[in-house]
Amino acid sequence: MDTIQILFFSLSALAIFSAIMVLVSKNPVHSVLWLIAVFFAISGHYILLNAQFLAIVNLIVYAGAIMVLFLFVIMLMNLNSEGEPRKNWWMKLAGVVSGGCFLVVLVSLVKQATELSGKAALMKTGDIGLIKNLGKALFSDFVVPFEISSVLFLSAMVGAVVIGKKD
Amino acid sequence: MTLLALDWILMLEKLILIAIIVFASLGIALYTTFSERKVAAVLQDRPGPNRAGPMGLLQPLADGLKLIMKEEIIPNSASKGLFILGPAMAMTAALMTCAVIPWSSSVELFGRKIDLQIADINIGILYVFGVVSMGVYGIMIGGWASNNKFSLMAALRGASQAISYELAMGVALIAVLMISGSLSLKTIVDQQMAPGAWWNIVYQPLGFILFFICAMAECNRTPFDLPEAENELNMGYHQEYSSMKLGFYLFAEYVNMIMSSAVMASLYFGGYDVPFLDESTLAPNIAAIIGVLSLLTKIVIFLFLFMWIRWTIPRFRYDQLMNLGWKSLIPLALVNMLATGAVILWQQG
Repeated sequence: MDTIQILFFSLSALAIFSAIMVLVSKNPVHSVLWLIAVFFAISGHYILLNAQFLAIVNLIVYAGAIMVLFLFVIMLMNLNSEGEPRKNWWMKLAGVVSGGCFLVVLVSLVKQATELSGKAALMKTGDIGLIKNLGKALFSDFVVPFEISSVLFLSAMVGAVVIGKKD
Repeated sequence: MTLLALDWILMLEKLILIAIIVFASLGIALYTTFSERKVAAVLQDRPGPNRAGPMGLLQPLADGLKLIMKEEIIPNSASKGLFILGPAMAMTAALMTCAVIPWSSSVELFGRKIDLQIADINIGILYVFGVVSMGVYGIMIGGWASNNKFSLMAALRGASQAISYELAMGVALIAVLMISGSLSLKTIVDQQMAPGAWWNIVYQPLGFILFFICAMAECNRTPFDLPEAENELNMGYHQEYSSMKLGFYLFAEYVNMIMSSAVMASLYFGGYDVPFLDESTLAPNIAAIIGVLSLLTKIVIFLFLFMWIRWTIPRFRYDQLMNLGWKSLIPLALVNMLATGAVILWQQG
């Protein structure tokens, strides 16, 4: 096992453990904090793939901004584990069955994909994830989808302002 | 010796460098608390701390000792693990920023060329933003885990203030990045050091003022210290904290100030550059030492500016703070960015 494999497996273990903790935590604030740990582990994977820009943007946007807003809402709602409504056992069962089906479909999809079969992830090589190359690709080859998605963001912003305006 | 295929000497070198920088920042932070009190005293026409040691120079040690000796209290209703995690995160995030700051050029020791920067990574300044956005969690977790209304209110204030001002800061930064064309702080400093080149402050005066105001807000300094507004919120997010956990919060604020001063010096004031001196004519080790001293001088000037403002200007009201951030700073930063972009395009023809 070389260094990269050790890093990969410990990051994966961290990601899976934190993801499980998100689900089993009784307190919603703890769940959000574990979710932030998941984002950290995934950012670590991005760095292993030499996608530094993606890694740091994942941290700034998801862990740094969106999760803070999540925390705001949860802290102000003052949820207690006692006040939480009890869920029926058959609802839990239905959840397990449908989630399991989804997992089976996903795994079979990955297994069948021809472009993935017999290939290993490119660790520490490839420089498309570096900011210069990524920027060039976004603003030359993919400029139309990029601009359209920015219009989407703008409309979301306008919507937020309109809703937030009191009158 | 190829265990794990790592360069162990490089690893050791970096570890020593990290230890030196972390302890030096903590030491400077210790004496920043002292000079804060001295500057306050001078501005308010009183002697200030002068009992412990000559001229009161041992005062920070006495303060630290007092904090350590005090009783550790964790409130019964607090969420225990998170209560401890809060100050730890605040301190860690504050110290992590130092990794990408170029403290000086490289020194040559034992035949090895050692860069006085822990990591010159591709994303450079964005890393600082990532770490700063993590620092918010220190305040939020601490405020929530205390299980106290005032702490929670203060934590929410602190987080919304940090998010609002991070935006304007980022947009002000984009203008600098357009000029330098690189995210690496080392490259940005080297460009300003090149013979005949000016510091970025010459090209970006408005950008610097915006960045400075936002940095002040990010560090929770007066006039932006709403999270610790003692006359509205008792003491703010660290009200339930005592002993060294409180000390960590207070200390993290000073470490943040030092780091943001270092970032501002690197971005706008040439980093470790000495004006009107061509460093390449000197021996590398001497140039490195002069560089460190130059950067430290710039940091001290910024720290004094922070203190001067703190003891001169009263605190904003919350609505004023939000109005300033969203309705003045962000539009100004956008105008600054557009103007910079237009000038660069015009120069390129």
